[in-house]
Amino acid sequence: MQILVDGVAHEVDVEDDMPLLWVLRDELSIQGVKYGCGIAQCGACTVHIDGEAVKSCQVAAADVWGEVTTIEGLGQPDALHAVQEAWIAHQVAQCGYCQSGQIMLAAALLAETPDPTEAEIDEAMGANLCRCGTYPRIRAAVKTAAVKLKEAS
Amino acid sequence: MGKVGKIARRAFLIGSAAVAGGVAFGVWRVKTPWPNPLEQGLAEGAATFNPWVLIDAEKVTLITPHADKGQGVAHVQAALIAEEMDIEFGQFEISFGQPDKAYWNRALAAEGAPFLATDEGFTAQTARGAIGGLIKLIGLQITGGSSAVPDSYVKLREAGAMARETVKKAASEKTGLPVAELKTAQGAVHLPDGSTLSYTELAGIAAEIAPVTDVRLRDRSDWRLLGKPMQRLDIVAKSTGTQRYGIDIDLPGMVHAAVRVNPRQGGALNRYDASAAEGMRGVQKIIEVTGGVAAVADNTWRAFQAVEAIDCDWGPAPYPAEQEAHWAAVAASFTEERLDSTWRDEGDAGVATADGTVEAEYRAPYLAHAPLEPLNATVRVTETAVEVWAGQQIPRQLQVLVAAITGHDADQVIFHNQFMGGSFGHRLEFEHVKLAAEIANQMRGVAVKLTYSREEDFAHDFPRQIGMARARGAVTGGKVEAIDLQVAMPSVTASQMGRAGLPGGGADSQIAAGVWNNPYALPHFRMRAYRVPELAPVSSWRSVGASAGGFFFDCFLDELIHVAGADPMAERIRLMAHDPSRKVLEAVAEMSGWDGPRPAAGKGRGVAFVESFGVPCAEVVEVSVVDGAIRIDKVWVAADVGVVLDPVNFENLVQGGVVFGLAHAMNCEITYADGMAEQSNYDSYEGMRIGQCPEIFVRGLENGAKIRGIGEPPVPPAAPALANAIFAATGKRLREMPFSKFVDFA
Ligand code: FES
Ligand code: FES
Repeated sequence: MQILVDGVAHEVDVEDDMPLLWVLRDELSIQGVKYGCGIAQCGACTVHIDGEAVKSCQVAAADVWGEVTTIEGLGQPDALHAVQEAWIAHQVAQCGYCQSGQIMLAAALLAETPDPTEAEIDEAMGANLCRCGTYPRIRAAVKTAAVKLKEAS
Repeated sequence: MGKVGKIARRAFLIGSAAVAGGVAFGVWRVKTPWPNPLEQGLAEGAATFNPWVLIDAEKVTLITPHADKGQGVAHVQAALIAEEMDIEFGQFEISFGQPDKAYWNRALAAEGAPFLATDEGFTAQTARGAIGGLIKLIGLQITGGSSAVPDSYVKLREAGAMARETVKKAASEKTGLPVAELKTAQGAVHLPDGSTLSYTELAGIAAEIAPVTDVRLRDRSDWRLLGKPMQRLDIVAKSTGTQRYGIDIDLPGMVHAAVRVNPRQGGALNRYDASAAEGMRGVQKIIEVTGGVAAVADNTWRAFQAVEAIDCDWGPAPYPAEQEAHWAAVAASFTEERLDSTWRDEGDAGVATADGTVEAEYRAPYLAHAPLEPLNATVRVTETAVEVWAGQQIPRQLQVLVAAITGHDADQVIFHNQFMGGSFGHRLEFEHVKLAAEIANQMRGVAVKLTYSREEDFAHDFPRQIGMARARGAVTGGKVEAIDLQVAMPSVTASQMGRAGLPGGGADSQIAAGVWNNPYALPHFRMRAYRVPELAPVSSWRSVGASAGGFFFDCFLDELIHVAGADPMAERIRLMAHDPSRKVLEAVAEMSGWDGPRPAAGKGRGVAFVESFGVPCAEVVEVSVVDGAIRIDKVWVAADVGVVLDPVNFENLVQGGVVFGLAHAMNCEITYADGMAEQSNYDSYEGMRIGQCPEIFVRGLENGAKIRGIGEPPVPPAAPALANAIFAATGKRLREMPFSKFVDFA
């Protein structure tokens, strides 16, 4: 089957029910996407499909309905997305393992809700877990990113 | 460059003064430093001055042997060297280096001694020196016990200063200018005429001369980097998905493995039938491993699927099958025979046990570590070497254990330590690495990456030990007068050291931690620790014994203060006998406006103080009751680490520690049924999500005599401060974690 990831079309030969997460990580070596739980609890595996944040451990390869964007397609160290810039400015990461998913979730939130309230941030970001407890910094970084994105638009 | 002839001369370690302290035992060997591992395989024209700095014509490499679990210690180690070496971020690379005795942990050694961290007396210091000597003898390289910064603080700055002075000497030889006329900045020696010679240019000459070892460290007021906010070295990678962890190892021809080991930990595999798994797509091999089975496939998910399809018959657990029996074993251990040690006995404990006194019983459950990156290890075995890629905190012991499986010598095991997606103590353990080695040993020449499913990770987490406290206390005249507190727990040290093949022995200070070491001056105080016979295998969990002991002691103190009718903050401050500790209490009082208006109806505030790993830490938690459920609104924290090396990272770690402490106190426990952990993923072990996270205000104090690490100390006060706040808001005393058994959280 064909899947489009970060602007590149890939032909993959996998079972229909292989989760997108493992297609990305093990078949395409896109490892910014992380495995944490496999049961939609942690969000470490969050990617976008046609701009919508989804947990890639819950999407079967055969069901991928659009273009996949991973953390590596969102921005790169030398071409950062505004959310990534905010994450760096606030030094959000500790172990960093959850942060690809957090950043993808925040980017999708801000694309839909450019000016989220505290409650909207908590509600949306509540889909993901951070075992290191970087939540105060995630909140602050989402707010900074919102300002940056508005300035840019 | 005549490298071989120079080895003897360069074979020194910095800071041998750390072993001073009148150690009678093995003085000579203790004073013989371990050789510098960087001397081996040193390229022509490369210079190494000590085990932490390597310069060649291309680049400067700083070795940061303490493992990075997310606490930012790779960064801090590099900053300590760079500060004295006059080199900037971006001008050097870092490497975790190879495991080596030279990287033995001085700070953990010092704190292995059973004396109050607040005790700087002669006996305490001497004992610390003796235990330090022992750890040095076995060259124990370990990251744990919040010890990375204390261990590194002096020796890494000395390493940087030595490198700087040696390069200056090299520049002096090259130019004929006296050293006194040379300056260093930005990774280069600056000559009086304004020209510069980079450190890398000078590497060849530096390699030929004797290193300068007599250096003086700069005064704090001259620091460029330390003590100021720094951008962590790993922050860009961790914000762009480009940081690689052990789970991301990808080697040519590598295969993917999954395991299922008897979920009754330590139980046998009686028999298995792998016929359903063998024909599955991508499956290459089914292998029997210690206590279970492994599936090897061409993709992690296929390996997961295959190992699930194996029909296994498991033997019984070598510990009680049901949780109730675990509690019964703990409850039955408050006896003379099980007394591990009487840690404190001041005044007359009888006062606390007279009639009319307060009594209470407390409990703390088993807890999983569950860092977000599941356990994994990649191993490749050949005839002459074993290579291991994993994040692990005791690397030299890993070499020994892997070598025992593959039949190699320990020094044939090449270990590539990895950035870790969290640990909280999980990666002090070796079982996953041993299993990967077992599999790879049966597939020699092929790199095998073993990834645990989250369920396997939970099933094989060696949890935090369970514990109970029985406490009695007395108040008189509005003051707390006496506490007699007994703690019973299995020994986490014995369980863990046994698995690691390391020496343990003696009374286990972790049974008493968080209780015995409190710096209050109670007129009457007794603390007795009882060792529960081994139950489920247990392991160090972020802050170890203090995570339970701090809850027991501080909540009971809070109960007595309320019975006395005193103010929780004022009475703790009145009783406090240690100056830096009193100051952290005063700091949280001021930060939280404790003495200002009382919280409104439906709100409550609690304070707790726990000293762990030498760090006094006080927290105030404020909660509200919303539709009958508890919402945690705000937390104020003050902790004294002597010197705050990076205020931003300090704040982040403190906030994370508070979240960790609150999260598990709220809703987490591991319970056993039929010998297996009943919790298998984050749906049954949720912790805290962002919507439950309070605002957390942090202050670092610097009154303590020694520099300390902050990874663990914010954890222990969080649970008691929350319980005390819930009492203030609702009148309900919580004496058992998790609190979700008794109250709802919003
Ligand atoms: S791995 Fe997909 S939600 Fe956890
Ligand atoms: S930073 Fe470690 S899990 Fe979020």
